[in-house]
Amino acid sequence: MTTANRPVDEQFYQLLRRLQELDFVLVELNLYLDTHPHDAQAIEQYNQTAQQRWEVAQEFESRYGPLMNFGHSYSDYPWQWKEAPWPWQV
Amino acid sequence: MWIYEKKLQYPVRVSKCDPRMAKFLIEQYGGADGELSAALRYLNQRYTIPDKVVGLLNDIGTEEFAHLEMIATMVYKLTKDATPEQLEEAGLGAHYANHDKALFYNNAAGVPWTAAYIAAKGDPIADLYEDIAAEEKARATYQWLIDMTDDPDLQDSLKFLREREIVHSLRFREAVEILKEEQGRKKFF
Amino acid sequence: MYSQVRVYYPYVSPFDPCPPIRVKTYQVNPQLFMQFQPENMRQFTPAEALIHGTLWPDLYSSYSGRGDQEGLEGAYDNRKPSR
Repeated sequence: MTTANRPVDEQFYQLLRRLQELDFVLVELNLYLDTHPHDAQAIEQYNQTAQQRWEVAQEFESRYGPLMNFGHSYSDYPWQWKEAPWPWQV
Repeated sequence: MWIYEKKLQYPVRVSKCDPRMAKFLIEQYGGADGELSAALRYLNQRYTIPDKVVGLLNDIGTEEFAHLEMIATMVYKLTKDATPEQLEEAGLGAHYANHDKALFYNNAAGVPWTAAYIAAKGDPIADLYEDIAAEEKARATYQWLIDMTDDPDLQDSLKFLREREIVHSLRFREAVEILKEEQGRKKFF
Repeated sequence: MYSQVRVYYPYVSPFDPCPPIRVKTYQVNPQLFMQFQPENMRQFTPAEALIHGTLWPDLYSSYSGRGDQEGLEGAYDNRKPSR
């Protein structure tokens, strides 16, 4: 049974964790800003973290394939989106 | 419009092979105070809530789907390799007879999910107080689930989810304050 | 700073059939004590934040089990670390 186009190695879990950490900070800041729209410092932190996050996501995707579908990530040949592992399998 | 991201919000690990827990975890999948109820409640309410708080309902509702996925992951990991006999021993015999290992939206007692679990009164204060109550009920449920397992990895995920309910509860309380439209914010500490 | 656990003592009757639970606890979590989260609260690092389930230590509530047992009052004192 084939798994991902690129094999899932130890680095996969480390990079995934780093991404989950940054994404979590973004979710927390996002919810906070939904009720604190005038906290300029928090907005700045949100934007900076988003930038950091983008860089980590780029690295993750270059090694392990697309994180998002419907055009929010790119794909190699053959079509990568349908490859395992899916999040509940990891 | 929803775009799906192919990763869990939190790295779910289950280190103890205990299909019995799957039966109880399902309470937060298809139960009254579970993540599906939360997601559908908030995403439905957001159409008719004042603009000032639509963002919050949209975003918390979206996060709840990520939590639903985490519960599903726990149940999936606990049941995917079980034999029919093991599932029967775990109290999931009736579930297996109908669903094999497939998950389903019912609570720990097997009662299927129903829209009767959620409300949308159209009155923003009523809706937000329902949301606050829902978060507290979910938090309590996670406490009881944590009580029921000694698997430290499973507990980690449940404790994460419990803390999220505490933060969501705070945000909904803040939304009430926003709608009360008092001048300036009350700083507490 | 404050304990997040409150203790109460259910009534015990001499005719109760089962060994009584004398001490029960419930949680009072940080969100009950603020109407609005203040700005500029101290933060966890991203790694700590993910583990704790929140970006802000002052919103964190630990839970280590119910412990509705005699002699355990005060045992679940979740004091926050000093600033």
